Amino acid sequence: MTRTETTGTRVPAPRPSSVATAPRRKTNPLPYFLILPSVVALLVALAYPVGWQVLTSMREYGLAQQFGQPATFVGLANYVEIFTSDDLWAVVARSVVFCLVNAIVTLVLGILLALLLKAVPTWARVVLQVALLLAWAMPLVAAVTVWKWMFDFRTGVVNWLLVRMGFEQFAGHGWLATPLSFFLVATIIIVWMSVPFVALSVYAALTQVSGDVLEAASLDGASRVQSFWLIVLPTIRPVVSVVFLLQIIWDLRVFAQIKLLQDSGAPVGETNLLGTFIYQLGVGSQDFGGAAAVSLFVLALTIVLTWPYVRNLLKEDEA
Amino acid sequence: MTVVESPGVHAELGARPLSAAPVRARKRGGARRRVGDVVYGALAVVVFVFSVFPVYWMLNTSFLPNRLIRGSDLHFFPTPDVFTLDNYRTAIFDESRSAFIPALWNSLGVAAITVVVAMALGFVASLALTRFSFKGKRTFIVLILVVQMLPGEALFVSIFRIIDSWQMLNTIIGLSIVNIAAVVPFTIWTLRGFVNGVPAELEEAAMIDGCSRAGAFWRITFPLLAPGLVATGVFALIQAWNEFVIALIIMQRPESMTLPVWLRTFQQATQATNWGAMMAGATLIAVPVVIFFLLVNNKMTGGLVSGAVKG
Repeated sequence: MTRTETTGTRVPAPRPSSVATAPRRKTNPLPYFLILPSVVALLVALAYPVGWQVLTSMREYGLAQQFGQPATFVGLANYVEIFTSDDLWAVVARSVVFCLVNAIVTLVLGILLALLLKAVPTWARVVLQVALLLAWAMPLVAAVTVWKWMFDFRTGVVNWLLVRMGFEQFAGHGWLATPLSFFLVATIIIVWMSVPFVALSVYAALTQVSGDVLEAASLDGASRVQSFWLIVLPTIRPVVSVVFLLQIIWDLRVFAQIKLLQDSGAPVGETNLLGTFIYQLGVGSQDFGGAAAVSLFVLALTIVLTWPYVRNLLKEDEA
Repeated sequence: MTVVESPGVHAELGARPLSAAPVRARKRGGARRRVGDVVYGALAVVVFVFSVFPVYWMLNTSFLPNRLIRGSDLHFFPTPDVFTLDNYRTAIFDESRSAFIPALWNSLGVAAITVVVAMALGFVASLALTRFSFKGKRTFIVLILVVQMLPGEALFVSIFRIIDSWQMLNTIIGLSIVNIAAVVPFTIWTLRGFVNGVPAELEEAAMIDGCSRAGAFWRITFPLLAPGLVATGVFALIQAWNEFVIALIIMQRPESMTLPVWLRTFQQATQATNWGAMMAGATLIAVPVVIFFLLVNNKMTGGLVSGAVKG
C-alpha cells in the first residue's frame, strides 16, 4: 500500500478506498485455470463451428468447392437466396406451428396429469410415476422405432385395434404417407416422450401448494375451478413457465424424430421441419452456404427463445 | 433448484381439500365424489396404458417368432410355446446389416471418453464457480447456460466439415470431442449445484485443524460429493449413449456406427423391415439406459428443471 497522505486526519476519501481494493485486484489465477479446459472444449467444438458457419454462410460453398475450387465471398447472397425462397418460409411456418402445437399439448396434458397424480391414492400415484419414468427414460431412437412399428401400415397394433373397433378403412392405412397424419404421429410420439418431464415437474410444484389455503378457499365457497385458477396456478406458475419455455426450445429442434419417421417412406419435401431441412440442404444437396445461413437463423431464434430461461435461472440463483 | 418434492403430509392431505370439510358438506358431495373417483381411476388407467404400452410392445415383439409378428392376428404375450430369442440372435449376429458388436464397442468407447473427460472438465470448472470468486464468473455462467441450449441440429453442417478437415470422420475421438462439448455445460451446472450443497465451512474447519486447502477438499468435500458425481456421470453417460444427430452425420461408415445409428439400418427402402429383430435391437439399446435412469432419477429430478437435459 502506498500512502501519500501525511495528515493525521482520517477522512474516508475515495482515494484510499481504491487503494484498499488494490491487493484484491491481484486476483488468484487458480479459478481461471480450473475453467480453462471447459472453455477450450467449448471453443473447439462449439465456437469454432459457429464461426465457421458465419463465414460459410457468406460464401459460395457447394459441390465445386468440395473439389478444391476456392469458396468465393458472396456477402449476403446466400441469405437473400434462402430467405426469398418459398421453401424456407413453408418450413419455418410448419416448424413454428408444429412446435407451438406440441408444446401446448404437452403442457396442458402434463398439468392435467400432475393434478391427476395429486388426486389419486398414494399407491396409484407411485405406479403412475414409475410408468411415466419408464416413458421418459426410453432412448429417443428406440422410442421412435417402437412407435413406427406400432403405426406400421400392415401389421401395426394401431391399425389392428382400429379395425377391431369397427373402423374398417384403417386396414392397411399408411399413417406416414400424408403430411397431416405424419405430423399427427410425430406429435403423439413427442407428447409421449415429453409429458413425463412436465407432469413430474409440475407435480413437484403442486406439492408446494398450501393445503390450508385451499381448504380455507373451499370453506369460503370457492369452486374447484376457482381454486385452481386463483390459488394453484399462481403458485406453480414459475415452474410451468420454465417447463413451457424448455418445451418450445426442444420442440423447435426436433430432428431425430422427424428424420426417423421420414425413413419409413414419407414425402420428405412436405414433412421437413427446420432440422431436416438443414440436413437435406447441407448433407443432401451439398449447399453448405445455404445450410449455414438457415442454421444461423435457427441459432439466433434459439438464443432469443433461451434468454428468458437463462434470466430466470440467474434470478433464482441469486435468491 | 425450485422443485423439491415433499412427500408425506401434503401428499396425503393436500390431495383432497374437501375431505377436511365439515361432515354435512361431505355427505352431500358423497355421490359426486364417488363418480369423481371412478373418473380419476379410469383416467389413471388410460395414462398408465399409454405410458407403458410402447415399452411393453417392444419387449413383446422382440420375443415373438417372425411368423406370428407378420401374421394377421396379434399376440399380446410371448407364451412359452412361442417364446424365442431368434430376434436377438438376428439382431446381434446377422451378417446382412452392419454388425452389432462393433457398434456396441463404438458406443461404449464414445460414452466412456465423453463421461470421463466431461466429468473431469465439469468438476474442476464447478469448483471454480463455487469455491472462488473471480472476474467474469457471471459471464461464464451465462455462457454455459446459453451454450447448452444450442441445437446440434443447427450446427451439424459445420461440425461435419470441421471434423472432416481434421481427418476424424468415422472415428471415436471425433464424435467424442463433439459430445464432450455438448455435455460439459450440463455437468458444470449440475455439479455446481452439488458442490454448493457441501458447506465450505466444513473445509475451513479442516484447514484450521491443519489440513491444506487441497487436502481439506479431498478429504472432506469429495466424499460428500460422491453421490452427486455418480448421478451426474450417469446422466452424461445416458446422453452420450443416446446421441443420434451428430453420430448420424459423422459416423456413416458401417463399421464405425454407434448403436442409435445402427438401429436405423434395420429399415431399408429395398426390403421389408424385420420388426422382430428391430425391436430386439431397440431393447438392447434401451434396457441399460432405463435401468440407469431409474437408479439415479431421484437425485436429479430437481436438477433437471434447472439443468435442462434430454432434448
